[in-house]
Amino acid sequence: MKILVCISHVPDTTSKINFTNNNSEFDKNGIQFIINPNDEFGLTRAIWFKEKNGASVDVINVGLQDTETTLRKTLAIGADKAIRINLEPKDSSVVAKSIADYINENNYDLIIAGRESIDYNGGMVPGMISALTNINFIDKCINIELKDGVVNASREIDGGKENISTGLPLIIGGQKGLVEENDLRIPNMRGIMMARKKELLVLEPTEYSNTLETYNFEKPEPKGKVTLISSDEIEKLVDLLHNEAKAI
Amino acid sequence: MAILIFAETYNGEFKKDCYELASYAYDLASEKNMSVTAICFNASNPSELSNFGVNKIINSSNEELKDFDATIYSNCISDAFENENSKILILSSSSNSKYIGGILAIKLKAGYITNVISKPSFSNGFSVTRNTFTNKAYEKVNILSENSILGLSKNSFGIKENSTKSEVKDIKFNIKSALNKVTSIEKMTTKVTIADADIVVSGGRGLKGPENWHMVEDLADILGAATACSKPVSDLGWRPHSEHVGQTGKPVSSNLYIAIGISGAIQHLAGVNSSKIKVVINTDPEAPFFKAADYGIVGDAFEVVPKLIEELKNFKSSNN
Ligand SMILES: Cc1cc2nc3c(=O)[nH]c(=O)nc-3n(C[C@H](O)[C@H](O)[C@H](O)COP(=O)(O)OP(=O)(O)OC[C@H]3O[C@@H](n4cnc5c(N)ncnc54)[C@H](O)[C@@H]3O)c2cc1C
Ligand SMILES: Nc1ncnc2c1ncn2[C@@H]1O[C@H](COP(=O)(O)O)[C@@H](O)[C@H]1O
Repeated sequence: MKILVCISHVPDTTSKINFTNNNSEFDKNGIQFIINPNDEFGLTRAIWFKEKNGASVDVINVGLQDTETTLRKTLAIGADKAIRINLEPKDSSVVAKSIADYINENNYDLIIAGRESIDYNGGMVPGMISALTNINFIDKCINIELKDGVVNASREIDGGKENISTGLPLIIGGQKGLVEENDLRIPNMRGIMMARKKELLVLEPTEYSNTLETYNFEKPEPKGKVTLISSDEIEKLVDLLHNEAKAI
Repeated sequence: MAILIFAETYNGEFKKDCYELASYAYDLASEKNMSVTAICFNASNPSELSNFGVNKIINSSNEELKDFDATIYSNCISDAFENENSKILILSSSSNSKYIGGILAIKLKAGYITNVISKPSFSNGFSVTRNTFTNKAYEKVNILSENSILGLSKNSFGIKENSTKSEVKDIKFNIKSALNKVTSIEKMTTKVTIADADIVVSGGRGLKGPENWHMVEDLADILGAATACSKPVSDLGWRPHSEHVGQTGKPVSSNLYIAIGISGAIQHLAGVNSSKIKVVINTDPEAPFFKAADYGIVGDAFEVVPKLIEELKNFKSSNN
């Protein structure tokens, strides 16, 4: 089985967000980058397939050279080969088209992307890849098992989950549940050494025109001061929520 | 020209965010001299949408459309978009709408923007503001393509009634076969879900253990709220994962968010910050949540929450 995991390279969750170039670009200065958490769950699940069912695991990223540290980390965790499409990801549809082109030329059985990237929170790339490659798609996937060519998967729905039976090839938008937090792997020395010898293929992108253009970022206004209510006067809170906030 | 909205139903009833989508579309349509068409599946009372400015309601009644399927639904919606000569499609932020958004963007060759929180502006092409970096910033985006899809963030526009004369049409779509077979659905809650709730009551590690969650549930019950929790609480198995909210969990954009025994770590706040009114109950006055909240009580949850429940009972009985 051939698996491709889409890896988005995102600022660490504790990052302070700033913008540069007249507030038109995210300021990468001083930012620590990580594997998008949703993709890390997916990558770990892919490695389980490799270990238990036998599979090859490739990872792909659309990004400039700075994302290679993140790709090397995925190789150290256990991916076999990394592909980087040399393009600054500015438009989800261009990212999806670049990945879809690679999939169309390299046939994969299972493509694992994340439900969303925690930076721009688009939540659009996996669905787009599905439409571009005509491969079936399950979003918000929280479990996937494979037996005798049959896929049994679950997806989160509002207020519960839906269990699905389908086949390969398949694309999923993954998240926690595919594996749990304590299943995630920290690269060890051996993994890091081996990662250096693994292939990291850099491909030049096909040119696609953007459908969107970001022209300004802005940070929310600082919050006004909190109104404190004494724990002896809780009726005041109820009153404020009703009369001032109009929330109840 | 019509703006198309996808009005989701659950057991034949419109979900509440349909009315917000309709209000948004009506507002935009009046400004641009357009009309509003809604597409829905198996709605038991489709003309309800006429109260929110929808001119034409395409309600396809068909057993095969009873349950959500991404392939089938996206095909019908894209057919409707083309039949209506539409250029703008408006979706909600529900799990199902997000599922098909990306698929539709490719099918309709549309620029697709999710988490939209503003009306479009036409001063610089066609642009909207969206939430990004998990509520840590806003982004102004211009749509360069002819067609566009806007995924509206919940509670960002509100519901406005506009009684309109509307026609309801039952259209038979050419239905493709589903690729996913749904074998079962497990509902974790029979109550309101975090995605649909106007009020969310959330508990953190400060509540000490799952046996104390009755307080959170009682408070939620009296408010008609959904229950949620911080990440460590679901990691510890005190509560189901489906209740985990925050940057790596579910986003919350309710009208009211009540945080009990939650410190307010940056990853937690990022996911809940777009809620309109935030209340924190915490023993530690230095807890970071106090900097993000509108109202706060410094106190022990085990004393404060039962008192709050009592006060709310009094309030409810005197307001009914
Ligand atoms: C990559 C990453 C992603 C993350 N994503 C998320 C996420 O999506 N969502 C999330 O929630 N967290 C997330 N976290 C975890 C986050 O950093 C915090 O650890 C977490 O939010 C803390 O949860 P808590 O507030 O329940 O617990 P604690 O930090 O332990 O806080 C408990 C609070 O309860 C108060 N308290 C104690 N006793 C009482 C009492 N009797 N009455 C009232 N108050 C009391 C304490 O003063 C304290 O403020 C993430 C972390 C990482 C590294
Ligand atoms: N630049 C990228 N390179 C590779 N994969 C990506 C990229 N951007 C997004 N993805 C994948 O698509 C998922 C959803 O991302 P998004 O649509 O940007 O929220 C991510 O979790 C990744 O798996």
